[in-house]
Amino acid sequence: MFKNKREKIDGNTFLLVITIVLFCIMYLAGMIVFKDRGFIKLQVFLNLFISNAGLIVIATGMTMVLITGGIDISVGSVVAMTCMLLAWMMENKGIGAIPALITVLVVGVIFGFAQGWLISYLKIQPFIVTLAGMFFARGMTAIISTDMISIKNETFLALANAKVYLPFGGTVNKKGVLVQPYVYISVILALIVLVLIFIMLKYTKFGRAIYAVGGNEQSALLMGLNVKKTKILVYVLNGFLTAFGGILFCLNTCAGFVEQAKGFEMEAIAAAVIGGTLLTGGVGNVFGSLFGVLIKGTIETFITFQGTLSSWWTKITIAVLLAFFIILQSILAKAKEKNK
Amino acid sequence: MNKIKKITSYRLFLPLICLAIVLLINVIKTPAFFSVTVNNGVLYGYIIDIINRSSELIILAVGMTLVVASSGGTDISVGAVSAVAGAVSIYVLGGGEPSVDAYQVPYIVSILVALAVGTLCGMWNGFLVAKMKIQPMVATLILFTAGRGIAQLVCKGQILYMRVDQFKQLGGFIKGVPLPTPVFVAIIVVVITYIILKKTALGLYIESVGINPKASRLVGLNSTFIMFLTYAFCGLCAGIAGTIITSRVYSIDANNAGLNLELDAILAVALGGNSLGGGKFSLLGSVIGAVTIQALTTTLYAMKVSADQLPVYKAIVVIIIVALQSPEFKKMIKNLKRKQVA
Repeated sequence: MFKNKREKIDGNTFLLVITIVLFCIMYLAGMIVFKDRGFIKLQVFLNLFISNAGLIVIATGMTMVLITGGIDISVGSVVAMTCMLLAWMMENKGIGAIPALITVLVVGVIFGFAQGWLISYLKIQPFIVTLAGMFFARGMTAIISTDMISIKNETFLALANAKVYLPFGGTVNKKGVLVQPYVYISVILALIVLVLIFIMLKYTKFGRAIYAVGGNEQSALLMGLNVKKTKILVYVLNGFLTAFGGILFCLNTCAGFVEQAKGFEMEAIAAAVIGGTLLTGGVGNVFGSLFGVLIKGTIETFITFQGTLSSWWTKITIAVLLAFFIILQSILAKAKEKNK
Repeated sequence: MNKIKKITSYRLFLPLICLAIVLLINVIKTPAFFSVTVNNGVLYGYIIDIINRSSELIILAVGMTLVVASSGGTDISVGAVSAVAGAVSIYVLGGGEPSVDAYQVPYIVSILVALAVGTLCGMWNGFLVAKMKIQPMVATLILFTAGRGIAQLVCKGQILYMRVDQFKQLGGFIKGVPLPTPVFVAIIVVVITYIILKKTALGLYIESVGINPKASRLVGLNSTFIMFLTYAFCGLCAGIAGTIITSRVYSIDANNAGLNLELDAILAVALGGNSLGGGKFSLLGSVIGAVTIQALTTTLYAMKVSADQLPVYKAIVVIIIVALQSPEFKKMIKNLKRKQVA
C-alpha cells in the first residue's frame, strides 16, 4: 500500500503539488499582509482570472507544444496581430463582429499550419521557425496599421462587458449595497478551453500520441504513430488557441496596437515551466500551467496592492521563481537517473 | 562539373551567396549604395554604415556560435545581459546620477566592470547549463526575464545619460581615424577568438563536446567545464556589446538597449550555415551571417520600409534561407530529380 502510494507521487506530480502549494501560500500571505485593503475579497481572486484569461488559453496551447518537445515563441506577436486585425476589420472596414472573429481564428489556424509544416516536414528547429513567425506577425501588425485602433463595435463591446455574477460570496460595500462577485465571459471561455484540452490530452488517442511523440520521437515512430501528422496538428491547434487567446486578450483591452502583448510568449513559457512542464518534452499538465499563470497574476496583484514597488519587480520575481523551479526540475531529473 | 560541385559544397558557399544576393539587390535598387564619401575626415556611406552597425551583432554572434556549438542550444539572454552590463557601467561611471558631465571613476574601470558583469551573467548561465544540465533556452530564459528588470533597478527606472565626449568615442569615432571604432572592436574580438580556437585545441574540444558530451568526457575532456567556458565567453561578448551600445547613444535605456539583439545573433549563427544542433561550427560563417542581417536591415531602410514593418521581410528572408539549408528540403529536391529521370 505504502509503496504503491510512493510510486504514484513521482517527480512530475511532485512539481505540480509544489506549484499549487506555493500559490496557496502566496495567496494566504497576501490575505494576511493586505487584509485591510480588501485582498480577502473573492473579487480580487476572480480578477486574477479576468486579467489573465487570454494568457490562460495561450499557456494551455504552449503547454501542448512544449509536451511535443517543441516551442512557440511567436504567440505574443500573433496575439498582437489578432487584436489589430480584429480592430482594423471592425473599425476601418465595417465588418461585423462575428465574421471578424471567425476570420482571425482562420488566420490563426493558417499561421499554425505554416509553422507546423516547416517544423514537422522540413525539420527546421521550432525555435527558428517560430522566431521568424514572431517577426512576421509583429511586422504584419504594423503593416495593418501603425496607429492604435480602439474598438467601438457594439456587438464586440457587449461581449466584452458581459458579466456573469456568481450566486455566492457577495460583499456589502460602504453604501450598504450587496455586491455580487462577477467574472467576464472571457474567463468562462478560457476555463472551458482549459478543461477541453485537459480531457483531450488525457483521454483521447491524439492526446496520448502527443505525449508519446514528446517522450521519444523514435519510439513513437517505431510504435506506428504518425509523428509528422501529430506534430503539425499540435501546431495547428496551437495556432487556433493563440488566436482564441488573442480574442480573449482583446476583449480585455478593446484595442489594437503594435506594441501589444510584448513578452507574452515568455510569460506563457514561464507559466508552463512553473507548472511542471518539462521543456525536453513528454511531461506536462495544463492545470499546472493554469497555476503558473495565477502565480504570475498574484505577484502582479501584490505589486498593485503594495503601491510603492515598481512594475519591474514582477519580472525579477518571476525570474527567481523560474530559476527555483528549473533547478528543482533538474535535481529531480538527476535523482530519477540515479534511481535507475 | 566537378569543380562546380566542389565550390557549391564549400561550407561558406550558401552564406556568401545570401550576402551577395542582398548586396546585388542594392546595386539595382539604389546605385549610390556602394559610394563612400569623406566628410570631416570620416568615411560615410551605406557600406560603412552596414559594417558599423553590424559590429555589436558580430561580437554577439561570435559568442553565440561557441554556445551553439558546445551545447546545441542558444543563449537568449545576451540582449538583456548587454543592457545590464551597459547599465552597471554607466552607473559606476556617473555615480548613479541621471545626467552626468564628468566621470566619477576612470573610464577603464567602468569598461572592466561591464565586462565583469557580462562574464558573471554568462557564468550563471553556464553553471545552469553545464553543471545543472538544464536545457540552454530555459536556463537563459531566467536572465532574459530578469535582466531588464535588474537593469532598470540599477537605473532606478530612468534613462541615465553620460555627456562626456570621450565616452562617445567607443561607439563613434576616434579623432583622426576614418573608420568607426566599433568596427575595430569587432575585428579584434573575431581575430582573438579565431586565433585562440585555431592555435589551441579548444576549437576542436568545443566541437567534440557539442557532437557528443558523454563520449568527449570518456576520452578525457572536461565537457562540463568546456561548456561552462563557452557560456562565460558569450556573457563576456554581451558585455563588450553592451559597452558599445551605451557609447553609441551615450546613455542607457534599460527597456530598449539591445532589444531583440539575441534574436538577430541567433539568426546570424543560423544564416552562417551553422547547425543549431551543435557540433561543427564556422566562426567566419557567423560573421558573414551577422553582416548579411545588418545589410538586409539597412537595405530595407534604404528602400523606405518603416522600422515597424521591417520584421516581416526579415522573417520571410530568414525562412527561405533556413528552408534552403535544411537537409529535408535537399532530400525533397533530390527525390523530385530522381522522379524526373525515371
